[in-house]
Amino acid sequence: MKSSSRELKNYQNELHNFKLRLGVLGMLVLVAFSVLAFRFYFLQVNRYDYYQTLAESNRISIVPITPNRGLITDKNGVVLAHNFFVYTLEITPSKIENLDATIAQIKQLVEVSPLDLKRFKKQKAESRTFESIPLRTHLNEVEAAKFAVNRFRFPGVELKSRLFRHYPLGKQGAHMVGYIGRINDKDLAKLSEKKVLSNYKGTDHIGKSGVEEYYEAQLHGTTGFQQVEIDADGKAVRVLSSVAPISGSNLVLSADSKLQEIAETAFGERRGALVAIKPSTGEVLAFVSMPTFDSNLFVDGIDVENWKQLNESLDKPLINRPLRGVYPPGSTFKPFTALAGLEAGKRKPPYSISDAGYFILPNSRHRYRDWKPGGHGNVDMRRAITISCDTFFYGLAVELGIERLTNFVRHFGFGLKSGIDIAGEVGGLLPTPEWKRRRFKQPWYVGETVIVGIGQGYTLTTPMQLAQATAILANKGVAMRPRLVASVVDAKTLVSTPTAAVVSDRITLDKANLEIVNLGMIDVTLPGGTAASVGANAGYSIAAKTGTAQVIGIKQNEKYNEKLINERHRDHALFVAFAPAEDPQIALAVIVENGGHGGSAAGPIARKVMDYYLLGKLPEAEIPKLATAATAPIKPDATAGNVINAPEEEHYD
Amino acid sequence: MINKLLQGLFKHIDSFLMGCLLFTMLVGLFVLYSASGQSLERVTAQLINMTVAMTVLWLASNIQPQLLERIAPPLYLLGIVLLLAVEIFGHISHGAQRWLDLGVIKIQPSELMRIAVPMMLAWFFARRESNPRITDFLIAAVLLLIPVALIMKQPDLGTALLICASGFFVIFLAGLSWKFIIGSAALLGALTPLFWSMLHDYQRRRIEILIDPTQDPLGAGYHTIQATIALGSGGTTGKGWLNGTQSQLDFLPERTTDFIFAVFGEEFGMAGNLILLVLFSLIIARGLMIASQAKSTFTRLLAGSITLTFFTYCFVNVGMVSGILPVVGVPLPLISYGGTSMVTLLLGFGILMSIQTHKKLVAAG
Repeated sequence: MKSSSRELKNYQNELHNFKLRLGVLGMLVLVAFSVLAFRFYFLQVNRYDYYQTLAESNRISIVPITPNRGLITDKNGVVLAHNFFVYTLEITPSKIENLDATIAQIKQLVEVSPLDLKRFKKQKAESRTFESIPLRTHLNEVEAAKFAVNRFRFPGVELKSRLFRHYPLGKQGAHMVGYIGRINDKDLAKLSEKKVLSNYKGTDHIGKSGVEEYYEAQLHGTTGFQQVEIDADGKAVRVLSSVAPISGSNLVLSADSKLQEIAETAFGERRGALVAIKPSTGEVLAFVSMPTFDSNLFVDGIDVENWKQLNESLDKPLINRPLRGVYPPGSTFKPFTALAGLEAGKRKPPYSISDAGYFILPNSRHRYRDWKPGGHGNVDMRRAITISCDTFFYGLAVELGIERLTNFVRHFGFGLKSGIDIAGEVGGLLPTPEWKRRRFKQPWYVGETVIVGIGQGYTLTTPMQLAQATAILANKGVAMRPRLVASVVDAKTLVSTPTAAVVSDRITLDKANLEIVNLGMIDVTLPGGTAASVGANAGYSIAAKTGTAQVIGIKQNEKYNEKLINERHRDHALFVAFAPAEDPQIALAVIVENGGHGGSAAGPIARKVMDYYLLGKLPEAEIPKLATAATAPIKPDATAGNVINAPEEEHYD
Repeated sequence: MINKLLQGLFKHIDSFLMGCLLFTMLVGLFVLYSASGQSLERVTAQLINMTVAMTVLWLASNIQPQLLERIAPPLYLLGIVLLLAVEIFGHISHGAQRWLDLGVIKIQPSELMRIAVPMMLAWFFARRESNPRITDFLIAAVLLLIPVALIMKQPDLGTALLICASGFFVIFLAGLSWKFIIGSAALLGALTPLFWSMLHDYQRRRIEILIDPTQDPLGAGYHTIQATIALGSGGTTGKGWLNGTQSQLDFLPERTTDFIFAVFGEEFGMAGNLILLVLFSLIIARGLMIASQAKSTFTRLLAGSITLTFFTYCFVNVGMVSGILPVVGVPLPLISYGGTSMVTLLLGFGILMSIQTHKKLVAAG
């Protein structure tokens, strides 16, 4: 070996050796590739069925973990919406051969009402995929235990503990808080449009109305995921990894549930709406729509009976009156006409008219009557507001002209959506000649301007708009966008993020003019005003205006007789106010449907709300009807004399 | 005139090898289109990679093998220096130190070593006047293990193994005695535990998972499990181009790079796989033929090593995707997305073509 290694290279030999080794490696290549080919055969032919199945239902399954929905509380932390666990009995229909027989067997263990069965069948028809559908919810401990023992007999039926939404205060503030309901096709389409559908895997419910709907994105949270290994039956064998869900944020409303309760109680059986706003911030303090409904009914799909009852009731409890109920503003519109006139340089004191009880347009014989036959005598601007003199504003409106009038009051939000944080708001109607041409293909008549001046005619407002207009007046022309949610609280860090106070408009107003209107409105609640009873012994000054909105038209020369008219055809009572007048903390609008006169029907409700908000005073138990009758020196300011049919409710979307 | 020009241009191109390469690369583009979720952007980027790599191939094919032989030692030294530089100033990228950031460009010295190491070893053996002795093989082993150790430290197990293989092929072809091979194989078996302790945790895990992928189906084993599901469900003829459920539904990780073969196998089935193996075999066969016809020791050894390293690439990647080899970061040659590996690969083939087409000159010289 040693000698051979010192030899010079034998090139022939070397080449031969090289080729031999190259051949060996070539063989290695062939062997290796053959191994691969056999492996392919094994995977792709021999075990094809196995892998085919695996590919179809990949062994790794992703199970969503739904996040806890955020809580909703009032400003003092009183819970308005929360979640709690309940036992539900759920069936996966695709896993069961004879559904009816299974349900019959379950019935022997756990009570299943016909209502439950109906709901189950409805949901089964609507269910998205191979989901499990609740047959019974809210099982008690005994029922749950009973089923758990017999569980083995029911493959495909599962006892689950689900989070349910609950509204502890039930009916109170239902239109404000809203409710959640099961996700339907429309919701799915919306979610997919917003590209958040994947975040709703495993979620059955979604906000359907009120704050629950508007703040869905904040309340819902982020869905977590669990990666599980599944066996051939699709059952989770073990958890491989998981990403925890992030709970939705909690919402703190600016409303006070006690104030809300006082307001709702004050309405009693009457229909109507109340919106109270803090003028300086736009925070909504109370949001009442009467009658109301129990939000809890909707959470798990409302049953037909309850739905019928709510939907077909003449009282229309489901309508969100503050946002969707439209009413003529009536005399509550006068302070705004007044301000328009003052800002335009008309009717400045000491200007006054001598009111004979009616107004006549030049070259016309039609009499626009004042609500007070015979008139008020000598009336200046301040007094015109106080006693709600129609004649004064008829003339002013005509002199201003419809364009100038509407252009001015639009800044107070008339005819516009307030932008409150609830969906479904309507914009009401502020009529203009252009609108009339479009709507009726008719020219505008001066006579129509006359009645717009006193809030009649085509003009329609929502209670929200009235409250907002009053708040803007109270805030000296600075319009704050109204909002129900004061802050959003992160569920984990508990960091509270206040919602932004947004100035939506800033109207330049002459202080002196504002003062005249304010004084006129303060006088309304003082002896001699149309709502003197409301201001009696208040302990703080109230600037207010009463109003009446007609439901049916009164013909010329006909007299409005409250007693002879069907209750539902009576006028709506309106009342707007802010207090304390010199430093307004609360501005509100109240409407009592078919309540008659604003001062006596709507005023007392407003007073109770203001008393509690400003003084912390709880209303006395008895209904202060007597007081109203005793101290009201002035007759109702029913605005009569024109033939207008004001619709009770219309929807403009 | 033009004919002459073209002839001059392609004088050093091996048409058979080139044909096989181009066809395989074309297949690669189609698979990449599917694997990338039908991203033309990806395909275009890869096309640019290929164009650059082809230019490199053309340049390499025009370089005389003698020049290659001459620059082998300085190239090797440069590679070592760069690897050390990476070790010292290494720019952390993908959790591993592989790149050297020179401001203008980032270079990956380990890629350079893929060619430099076999060149160096071939140069070394070509210079031996006598038949190589045991000491020569030991020196060669040291020359090989220095860069391998440095690259393994980065850590880049895949590249280290491939360079190790390329060096081994040179040494084997240079005539390492069978006794020694068998002896060191036995020694290696004995040293395995030591080697085991030197491995990084994730490398060990990869080997453990290889033995039982279900150990960690979502972590390390996930790649293998999903890839075998993809392959297996492809069946005999596959699910069709763009129809691979595993590939299209995001189950497959790294499906444009290291695991692209799973996409191919799912969509074209066993038939496609075998055709691909045949293509690879043709390339390897041509490479071995070039090696056997080469006129000098240097070119012979280098051609053999380049060809067999290409084979190793193919085998390790396909083996890893089909679950018979550990998951090491090795791309599928000519198919996987990526510029660096494509350039290195075609540089090798350029050298092969140079060796084949410069034979007469060598003979004359």
